[in-house]
Formats: sequence, C-alpha cells, structure tokens
Amino acid sequence: MAAINRDDVAHLARLAHIEMSAEELDRMAGELAVIVDSVKSVSEAAGEDVPATSHPIPLSNVFREDVVGHTFTAEQALSGAPDAAEDRFKVPAILDED
Amino acid sequence: MTDSNELIRLSAAALAAKLAAGEVTSVEVTQAYLDRIAAVDGQVNAFLHVNAEEALAVAAEVDAIRAAGGAAADELHELAGVPIAVKDLIVTIGQPTTAGSKILEGWHSPYDATVIKKLRAAKMPILGKTNLDEFAMGSSTEHSAYGPTRNPWDLERIPGGSGGGSAAAVAAFEAPLALGTDTGGSIRQPGAVTGTVGVKPTYGAVSRYGAIAMASSLDQIGPVSRTVLDSALLQEVIGGHDPQDSTSLTDSFDNLVAAARTGNVEGMKIGIIKELHGEGYQAGVENRFNESLELLKAAGAEIVEVSCPNFKYALGAYYLIMPSEVSSNLAKFDGVRFGLRVLPKEGPMTIERVMGATRAAGFGDEVKRRVILGTYALSAGYYDAYYGSAQKVRTLIQRDFDAAFAQADVLISPTAPTTAFKLGEKLNDPLAMYLNDVATIPANMAGVPGLSLPGGLADEDGLPVGIQLLAPAREDARLYRVGAVLESLLEEKWGGPLLDRAPELQAPALDAANTVGGSN
Repeated sequence: MAAINRDDVAHLARLAHIEMSAEELDRMAGELAVIVDSVKSVSEAAGEDVPATSHPIPLSNVFREDVVGHTFTAEQALSGAPDAAEDRFKVPAILDED
Repeated sequence: MTDSNELIRLSAAALAAKLAAGEVTSVEVTQAYLDRIAAVDGQVNAFLHVNAEEALAVAAEVDAIRAAGGAAADELHELAGVPIAVKDLIVTIGQPTTAGSKILEGWHSPYDATVIKKLRAAKMPILGKTNLDEFAMGSSTEHSAYGPTRNPWDLERIPGGSGGGSAAAVAAFEAPLALGTDTGGSIRQPGAVTGTVGVKPTYGAVSRYGAIAMASSLDQIGPVSRTVLDSALLQEVIGGHDPQDSTSLTDSFDNLVAAARTGNVEGMKIGIIKELHGEGYQAGVENRFNESLELLKAAGAEIVEVSCPNFKYALGAYYLIMPSEVSSNLAKFDGVRFGLRVLPKEGPMTIERVMGATRAAGFGDEVKRRVILGTYALSAGYYDAYYGSAQKVRTLIQRDFDAAFAQADVLISPTAPTTAFKLGEKLNDPLAMYLNDVATIPANMAGVPGLSLPGGLADEDGLPVGIQLLAPAREDARLYRVGAVLESLLEEKWGGPLLDRAPELQAPALDAANTVGGSN
C-alpha cells in the first residue's frame, strides 16, 4: 500500500473541508504516515473468501409504523443555528461570484 | 440522618434502600453530591456543566411523592431520587451539550436522548454533564477542548478516556452513577484506571438515539458505577428496544439485577484469552489478573485457555473502520445547522470556505487526524485495501469469539495493559495512545458485551488495575453474575471496596481564601 505524503493530506483536508496551515499539514503528514504504516497488516489478514462485516449484529427490514411521530417546530430546529432568517437556515453563498 | 460524607460513599443500591425506607431524602442526597462537586471538582474537572437547580427540583418532587404515599409512591422506580451524571456526548434538554468540542460550545439540544428520557421517567436527578475527549476520541480526556479531567487516585495522572469525566466523577464520590459511551473502550478503560465499574452492553441493548455519533457501528451507551450491582440496576433503567434507533434490539434484558444478586460461578467455564495478557502488559496488571483467576477458581469456576489469533489485527482494523465512520458522521458539523460558524479572514464568503474555516477552528488535532484518516481509508483506490479489509477482519474477530465461546461461558482479560499514566505522557504520540484500547476494542468490533471491575492495585505504582469480562452477544447477564462474585471475593480479601484506599481529596480552602484576599 502506498504511503501517505503531504500532498495527499492537503488533498484530503480539502475533501474533508478542514482548512490547514502549512505547519499543520507537515505535522499531520508525519503522524498519519506512522498510523497508516501501523494498520497496513490489516490488508493481509483476511483471504478472498472471507465475507465483510459492516454491522456487529445485523438486523434487516427495520421499519417504524408509518405514522407521524414527533416533529420539531421551526423555532426548535433553528435554535442552535449560527444564522437563520424567515424560519430557515441561512446558508453562505454556494457559488463564488467570479 | 446520615452524615453527608457517609452518604456520598454509599452505593446507588444502598442509597435507593435508604430513600425507600425514608431514612434520608433525595434532596439531602442530591445536595450532598452537589456540595462534593463544589468542593473537589476544581481539582478533578470531571464536570463541564452542573445542573443543580433541575436536579434539586427532581429530588424534591420524588420526596413529595414519597411523603404523600399511596399508589404514586408505590409506582416510583427503585432508583427514583438517586442522582446521576451524564457524559456530555449525550444530548439533554435544558443543559448544554458540547461533546468536549469547541464546535458545539454553548449548544443546547432541542431534544432528549432516549436514555435521558428513561432517567427522567425513573425520576433520577441529573447532576450535570461530564468531561470527555472531543467527540469521544481518545483514551485520556486530554483531547477535551475544556481541559483534561484528573484521576482522583493521583491528580497528575489521566482518568482514562474518552469517558474520563464520568469515571472520575464516580471515583471521586461526585456521583453514585454515571452514563458513558464505549466505542473502543471509552467506558471500560476509564473504569479500569479509576478503580470503578463500567459496562459496554451488547450492541443494540441500549438505544443510541441522542448519543452524538462517533462510529455508529461501534458506539454503545452504558453504565458507570462503583459496584457491579449498581451497573446492573442502571442498565435495566436505560436498556430496552427503541424504535428511534434502527439498530436497537428487541430482546429483553431484564435479568441483569437478578444475575448480579445470584453470586455463583460454580461449574462455569471462564476463558483466559491467550492474546490479551502477558507481553506488553505491566507486571502489576498481570499479577492482579492472575490473582482474580485464582479467586474464581477457588469459588468453583473452571479456568480454560482460549486463543483468538485474529485479535492481533483488531487495533489496526479498528483504526480504519472507526475513522471512516467518523469522517462521515462529523460531516454534519458544517457551520450551518448548529454550533460554531467561523468566517474566512479574507476572500469570497462561499459555503465551502466557511466550512473549511469553521472546522479548522472548531475541531481539535485528534478529531482532524481521524477525519483525514477516514477520508483516506474511504477514498477511491484505497477503499478495498483499507476499509474493505478491515471489515473482513471484523468477520475474523467474530469467528474468534464464536470459537472461544464454544469453550467458555465468559472470557476474562486485563481491561487495559497499564495503570493510569501521567498527563501529557502520550499526548504527542497518537499510536502509543491508541494501544491503551488493545484489550477493549475486540468487543466493539464483534458487538459483544464487556464489563470492567476493579482488580486491585498494581504493586509497582499503587494504582488501580481493571479486570475485563466478556460474554456472547445478548448474554450481558453473565457479566453481572461473574462480576458480582469476583467483586465480593476481592472485597473480602481487601476488607472493603477498593475506593476506600484512594487518597482523600481535600477541598482547597486556603487557595480560595488567598484568591479572594489577593485579587481585591
């Protein structure tokens, strides 16, 4: 498996929407390289024939009765929002003007 | 009336009996705990928020119902009036929920977690919210954005994590009971290093609705207490099927208290996991572990050795699956719907840049590390090698447990490889920090229940050692049965609870006087 380098971390930080300073990228790249190296044995542990487990105790077709349950008022739903207007979340611009 | 210093040292079961007998009121009990928090929490830092007013109101309500008598008094829950602390990862109406993160500083949930609704229905006064590693990511509470919690046994040492606040609160007699969450050991490892009891129930036995998700396929809410019976009582309060949680089991778990009171291991087979002791485990931990085995053997249990060869991959697989789920679960902290919003210092104010600035300022280092690691493990080209392989390891771990439980009724190991280490010792070495959870992680990977109880003090440092019991999924009762027996055998040997040997915490009265005198 490939090692993780500073450019990878910069790319991943963009994907994860976390702004990082140059110093932070350097430090994070070093730490993550050590961690990734320590987990690489995992890829050799299981053979082709071993099925994957995504859930410790799998349940299927879990449905509630199709009735209206508890709902929040707009005021409750917006109570923790950093910005709101007209009973809605106020979102910064999606697109850059240029 | 009992002296308040004696009152706070009683178990929850003993408190419940005194309340029912009218020997003490819930207001007296709750006030005694609030006084204790005021006296010692400046040093311990177990609480992020103290909920005095509401707790006393609930206590007064219970007292009024008891005083009036009749059907309403008869219908009170056994633990009505017994106070409890709640890990600040679990949402509560009327108190802030921070998850130990700056990104949720001052945030109030508009709803209660299911377990909180159950505490309210049982009329248990909620003392406040306890400290944790940010979003439950850590083994020491040093990753809390609000400063570390300190171990009541030695204030220079870590109380474990992520639920160090809940464990320290119970160990320091600031609460008789607490709620924790356990994703890789966050209830059991703090229990081990603080000399308290902590249980991770079977995955799905307790609703996760309202626990801020870290890794949804691993997270589990569970009890924190000073005795095995108290944890059984609390798990019965918070457990049960919840339609709000699609992973909630419909099985009944109402035999836990009875199991804790059964107290018999004769003829039971208890399996030592070959891979979870010996090399890498501190000598004092190993000694106390062997001592517990001898006691169980003398009580009529048969000790067998089992092998779980794939457990050596558990830590690595966990550090792929958990961050993958973290990166997805924490995407919701986007600076729009709740919590912090930070605007970029310059340039266009687009949502993408606001998110980047908000998450940069709101998340601590460990959270960022895990989000980036998870994003990496899930990215195209690496998914099969990392996440896919880790999921296969999960199958292998489950098979190891199946084979082990074919030979033994319960399994036993040390809870953590070492006793409490010094604050700061492992903070700059993430990998060394992760190794603390090597014995607790397999249970989360397989969904099986685990209990940690105090096994004594290590010879070399005089600090608490934890003994872990593991049972097959849905067999939580076995943990309480064996745990209660081992606890009583050990306490008989020690001549009382282990916490009796913890140093007295002194209220810093002189410092307070100096501050008042000096600053004016």
